[in-house]
Amino acid sequence: MSETSAGSGIAARGLVESERLTNPAPKKPVEPGAPPPGVEDAGISRWIPALGILLVWIAVWSFTKGNNTLALPGREHTDLHQSLTDFNNRLLAGRETNPVMQFTNGISDILRTVFDWLQRLFVRPNLPRPVPEIGWLGIVAVATWVGYAIASWRIALLVLVSFLSFGVFGYWEDSLDLLIVTGMAVGISLLVGLPLAVLAGTSVRANKAITVVLDFMQTMPTFVYLVPVVLFFGIGVGGAVVSTLIYAVPPLVRIGGFGIREVSTTTIEATDSAGQTYWQRLFKVQLPMARKTIIVGLNQTTLAALSMATIAAYINGPGLGKPVINALVANDFGKSFVPGVLIVVMAVMLDRTTTAASERSEKVARGGGGNLRVRRIALAATGVIALVAVFLSRRDLSLAEFPTYTIGSKVADAADSTMSGFIDLVGGLAESVKNGISYGFLNPMQSLLAESPWWLAGLGIVALAVVFGGVRALLTTVVCLAGIWFLDLWHDAMLTLTMVLVGTVLVMVLALVFGVWMARNRWVDIGIRPLLDAGQTIPPFVYLIPVLALFGFSRFTAIVAGVVYAAPAAIKLVADGVKAVSPTTIEAGRSTGQTTWQEITKVQLPMAKGSLVLATNQGLLYVLSMVVIGGLVGAQALGYDVALGISRSEEWGKGAAGGLTIVLLGVMLDRITRAAAEVRRDDGPTTRRAFNVRLPIGPPR
Amino acid sequence: MTAALSVDSLWKIFGTRADKIIGTPDAELSRADLKAKTNCVVGVKDVSFEVAPGEVFVVMGLSGSGKSTLVRLLTRLIEPTSGTVSLNGMDITSASASQLRDVRRKQVSMVFQHFGLLPHRQVIDNVAYGLEVRGVSKKERRAKASEIVELVGLQGYEKSYPDQLSGGMQQRVGLARALAGDPEMLLFDEPFSALDPLIRRDMQNEVIRLHRELGKTMVFITHDLAEALKLGDRIMILRDGEIVQIGTPDEVVAQPADDYVKDFVSEVPKAHVLTLKWVMREPRPGESMDGPALPVSTIVRHAARAAIASEAPIRVMDGDTMVGVVDEEDIMRVVVAEEEQ
Repeated sequence: MSETSAGSGIAARGLVESERLTNPAPKKPVEPGAPPPGVEDAGISRWIPALGILLVWIAVWSFTKGNNTLALPGREHTDLHQSLTDFNNRLLAGRETNPVMQFTNGISDILRTVFDWLQRLFVRPNLPRPVPEIGWLGIVAVATWVGYAIASWRIALLVLVSFLSFGVFGYWEDSLDLLIVTGMAVGISLLVGLPLAVLAGTSVRANKAITVVLDFMQTMPTFVYLVPVVLFFGIGVGGAVVSTLIYAVPPLVRIGGFGIREVSTTTIEATDSAGQTYWQRLFKVQLPMARKTIIVGLNQTTLAALSMATIAAYINGPGLGKPVINALVANDFGKSFVPGVLIVVMAVMLDRTTTAASERSEKVARGGGGNLRVRRIALAATGVIALVAVFLSRRDLSLAEFPTYTIGSKVADAADSTMSGFIDLVGGLAESVKNGISYGFLNPMQSLLAESPWWLAGLGIVALAVVFGGVRALLTTVVCLAGIWFLDLWHDAMLTLTMVLVGTVLVMVLALVFGVWMARNRWVDIGIRPLLDAGQTIPPFVYLIPVLALFGFSRFTAIVAGVVYAAPAAIKLVADGVKAVSPTTIEAGRSTGQTTWQEITKVQLPMAKGSLVLATNQGLLYVLSMVVIGGLVGAQALGYDVALGISRSEEWGKGAAGGLTIVLLGVMLDRITRAAAEVRRDDGPTTRRAFNVRLPIGPPR
Repeated sequence: MTAALSVDSLWKIFGTRADKIIGTPDAELSRADLKAKTNCVVGVKDVSFEVAPGEVFVVMGLSGSGKSTLVRLLTRLIEPTSGTVSLNGMDITSASASQLRDVRRKQVSMVFQHFGLLPHRQVIDNVAYGLEVRGVSKKERRAKASEIVELVGLQGYEKSYPDQLSGGMQQRVGLARALAGDPEMLLFDEPFSALDPLIRRDMQNEVIRLHRELGKTMVFITHDLAEALKLGDRIMILRDGEIVQIGTPDEVVAQPADDYVKDFVSEVPKAHVLTLKWVMREPRPGESMDGPALPVSTIVRHAARAAIASEAPIRVMDGDTMVGVVDEEDIMRVVVAEEEQ
């Protein structure tokens, strides 16, 4: 793992994976002279009983299909959903008296006030001024200067170009709104997250408790957060900042805590033996030594905030997400293309800037960073220029309001025509791929899962969970399925589950092919890895745009977007896992004369099993979170229920039930795969460790 | 004179409810049996010893013998399960957190195997760290630190960062950090095990020099017998957390307490360690008594030339009284026995 220093914000992944892959917990060897350990039953392959269960399932299904599927079409809802809606209405009606609602609404009000103030400062006219306090020139100048001050002139240039592109393409105000929401969420995340990170990093017990909560939070698809947030914080700025905040805190806590925990125990011991106090240890040893990792956490938090702030457009959050959603719903590729690209530009800008800032801070702390005097003078001089720009932008109207260009709509038109040309070219192929997968794989599977009577599907899932996850998975699976049944959305849950499973199979096919290829060929790795890193910085929303243009409104669009979204993380996990197989073992195998195929299937993949299971786990959660967002583009099922519940208050109950069902699905899939990693002895302790240091492969967004 | 360090029936058992084991018959079980029975592991088992002011006391044992645990118990980096540790008569085991901090700040410093330096600080600030946590002003602590940096031979490297230095130099920084607070006692936890042999020899000589110049009490942990023999005024050998033998280097080599120690010292070049005390004999009747006189503490190797040069046997003196004689043959016996091994 040499990638830790490779620069990008994805370093966190390399960092923690290296910890995981290079220090597998050693197995306790038998003491010399003791009797040999008992023979452990390696067991038969898990796939044979699984196949048996599937055959029985199909047999029963063939004469019961269509009965008791608990389908609940379109806008119908049950008494349970109605009572949830009533609960929502009661809360909303009592918002003046209910202390909880008063509290949350109060927070919402404060957030809105701060946001309004910032908006009048940067974006909207501050009446009676016809323009904001600081005009575009001032903002661009200050942002560029900040880029220079915390990183380098290269980053300053990147910031400059990014900000100008926001304005030139006609999305100046939306871009700034998005930045403000993201910034507010990141700011609050720091206030909340840093103390939690310290707690997680210094106390074993606190770490355990926090990890449980974070695990749960990260199993939850982003879209689902919106349902309760809308209830308590309302739509608009308040809800947007709160949901973004909830989503952005975990990476900081997890990665920051990890960094603090990984500070060398010898150093702690050595400085303890000098007689330091708790606070001296924290501020002089632990925090400085973990600084780089903490900033990596901040980088991840920033990117998570950006991606959630984009999705929050669905609850009327301000920013670039709005034009994207409007265009998505209208299936207008051109109109969604430009803001989509700008979101990517913003993500790249934030990623590069925070990464470069962390590297620079490291360099400065190490006494590097060039001549201090020269730099101070340069900073002061450029700072004065920025201030002059601010002053000018306050005086001159043309420097306050970003001029209107037509290039944005031209690009949109060009994108449209390019896309239609592209569709003319490959549309047939795309259609046949879609049909092939739909008829060959998706439909039969959907039919089996969703057209089985609920008890049959439930029994089948429980049986498979036991086969793969052992008894450990049994209880969670039963509880989750019971919950799903209780929430009256069984049929929709099975439809969503089908999409998730199909998507994950496709993800794993990609991950195996590209992962093994990358691991075995350095050049392929060098070529593909930057693309994967870039792919992981892009907010998931953006993936929907091209896929929708290609496949139109359908569940297939959601699945493909999910696959595209999940693939980078899965491919990297498999590649790193295979690469971590000891060269000695491979050499030993080669010396027995194995073929390349034998080497891959008998040595590399079995030894990388931990990574494969982890990749599957991540694949499932990523695809689930995307398939749910796919509810916006015709994926139906649970995602649609949630989307409807957020947008129509009379459907809130069904939306909430849908959200809970998604959470239960996520927890169930997560627990089964985790248990699958632990159930078999031959997986060794590495798999378990892999899960203990989860996340840093990138948060499911 | 009070001992600089006095340890009395010190125990460390790792595991839950470990404190309940001491005093029961279980405590007498072997390490493996106790682990099997209670899932607790004995780190240090009923250890008592004293170290005199200015002495270099070496604790030796293989890995897992409990020596690193023992040295951490002395300043409670690990909490003892039972027993007492006293420094200059002050009971460390019952000290409050702030008293303990004070002891660590002013009385005892420690040098670690893997250095434990702060990577984000320059050499000078690493050395000054102990003074910094005491609240010494920046100017003062830097002045003191640069003195010490010079003392350990690192002048010119004050502004370097630890990862720019070689292992040996990093350990010099560790040594300087320990010395900066001017403690009465230094604890060394296998400080040179991670260094290559030539550097290790240099560092050992450095410790000998510093001990001669500063006269601090030292407790030195090692798994290397040659190092122990070279540095130690006295050596304590640990096995499975228990004391096997305490003695001066020549006592340990000449009179190993059991087969375990015997096995240990079997490869030692005895002529380099043993003193005349261990090879002298009663004069035979009629032997000439006009050979040269040497003190009883002379190392055998150093007596060899005199013995060969003289016709008459060497007279071994303890002060002014003759306690025995040694001739060429007696010395050859020690040397040759070694060659034959």
